[in-house]
Amino acid sequence: MQQVFDPPMPPHLPRTWQRLSPLSPLVRLGPSLFGLFVVFSSAALPGHGSFSAWDLVAFVVIGLMGLVSWAVTRWCVDGDTLRVESGLIKRQSLQVPLSRAQAVDLVEPFLARVLGLAEVRVRTGGASRGDARLCYLRQDEATVVRAGLLAVAHGLHEAVPAPPEELLTAVPNGRLIAAGCLTGAIPVSLAAVIALAVLGTTERSILVAGGSGLFAVFVTMALTAWRRISTEWSFTVADAPDGIRIRSGLLSLAAETVPRGRIQAVRMLEPLWFRPFGWCRLELHLAGGVKGGDRQQPARMRRALLPVGSLAEAQLLLDRVLPDRQATLSRPPRRAVIRAPLSYHFLAAGVGNRCAVAISGRVRRETLWVPLAKGQSLRAAQGPVQRALGLASIHLDAAGRHTRATLRDRAAPEAVYLLERLPSWCAVARGSQRGPG
Amino acid sequence: MGRPGRVEITDVEGESSWYGPSSKLRTMRRTEVGLVGLVVMVLGAVLSGVELGLGVAAGVVGGVLVLSLAAEGFVDRRFGAWGYLERDDDLLIRRGVLIKRLSVVPYGRMQFVDVTAGLVERLFGIATVRLHTAAAATDARLPGLSVSEAARLREQLTSLGEARAAGI
Repeated sequence: MQQVFDPPMPPHLPRTWQRLSPLSPLVRLGPSLFGLFVVFSSAALPGHGSFSAWDLVAFVVIGLMGLVSWAVTRWCVDGDTLRVESGLIKRQSLQVPLSRAQAVDLVEPFLARVLGLAEVRVRTGGASRGDARLCYLRQDEATVVRAGLLAVAHGLHEAVPAPPEELLTAVPNGRLIAAGCLTGAIPVSLAAVIALAVLGTTERSILVAGGSGLFAVFVTMALTAWRRISTEWSFTVADAPDGIRIRSGLLSLAAETVPRGRIQAVRMLEPLWFRPFGWCRLELHLAGGVKGGDRQQPARMRRALLPVGSLAEAQLLLDRVLPDRQATLSRPPRRAVIRAPLSYHFLAAGVGNRCAVAISGRVRRETLWVPLAKGQSLRAAQGPVQRALGLASIHLDAAGRHTRATLRDRAAPEAVYLLERLPSWCAVARGSQRGPG
Repeated sequence: MGRPGRVEITDVEGESSWYGPSSKLRTMRRTEVGLVGLVVMVLGAVLSGVELGLGVAAGVVGGVLVLSLAAEGFVDRRFGAWGYLERDDDLLIRRGVLIKRLSVVPYGRMQFVDVTAGLVERLFGIATVRLHTAAAATDARLPGLSVSEAARLREQLTSLGEARAAGI
């Protein structure tokens, strides 16, 4: 490191210990303080008048704890290592070598956004426990820190600006709302309403009981739709050198970089109610969760890549995420209809040079691509019905909880052929992937 | 086991090169079934003999005996279905009678191998070897290996896994 020859630059990354923003305890404790306030005020409502002294003490104690935890948390950048120290009694020191960082993201929860703060999160591979989180910094400071950390992570000088990214897709919010309201629950609840109306004319009590039940169902449906729409609001996908950058959010903003190497599988969903519009949904399956000896609770492993979009948009994104996904699809033999009477309609699968593809589902057509280089293990199963029909199913497992391409009900000789060849194909794909990077 | 003209997924490799679990596993499974059968038989015989008479009790004993024998036969077939094959780059595990299953785990994908032996397994001197990959769906498990074979397999798999580690 020939630091001497560098021109004097304003220090972007602090070399000495820094505190987080003094407002950060407010963001962290805000929700719980508000909850406490609601509980106390509702308890104080009937007759008692005002808060008791103990309630105030609880507030003060929680506030003090927040202040202390802010005061003992500090961070700095030491060479190419990000160090975060926290905790008063149980001191924690986290050191993240930035060369190991897979992505540096900005996260802005609602309360932080209101106060002009943001969180910088340095993601390391595998489980989410190794992530270094700086919550919270001022927004302008956070963008500078993020760019600096990103540059150091790539072995560049910290003042090198973040590499440019290419916008791939922006999902219009109108379409997002339409798709959020179009769910499978709608025809079901419509049928329930009609049934209730018919039954209710004869018996009054059914109308009351069913009506209140339906109301609860509607509220949950609305909440689910709201949660989905608000997290996927103003959804954009960009292609950056270090990965796919996904930004979205209505109240809280999240910008996330997904390194290409972490993608274990890509899933395309075409529900029945999307098909008239020619829409589909793309999801990424990411690695993480199962690691080391202990089974950790996996982080969110399925990330939307395209909440709702046309097939052309999906193709464009797929070309960026999985460039060599070509595989010749073939359908299972005709007799498989006995084994899979409903899903036979779309059932198809194929294995290409780099990728295994499986299509399944009837009401919700699902296409799953698993790169052969990501195959962890191969399993085959043959039940009694399949044995009688001369069929077998093959699963290609990728890292994660439920990530697997299932080649369902293939002809048994083909299944045996695949079982014999797939392991070496996977090894070849793995080897050629490791070469260029 | 495969009849001519019917392809089974376990026909991947020649029948001869597969290894099976230790015969102590069969003894353990048979003992388990036998003990359960005995307890059910005694209880059923006593209860039905007191309440309904000796004829019914004899019928119960006969029924339980037939069922236990059938279960013993099934346990034997299940024992026979287990097998593993160490190839150059991966380990093959087959199992199941009604639903036949075959798993292929490349050595390079193994994250760790663990050997467990429960109380009953220890009594019979056997252990279970489990292979873990980054995929939760990988269910590569080998029950009923003799303790020495389990230790050998663990060492072998671990060293092969280190030599061919491929990460995620």
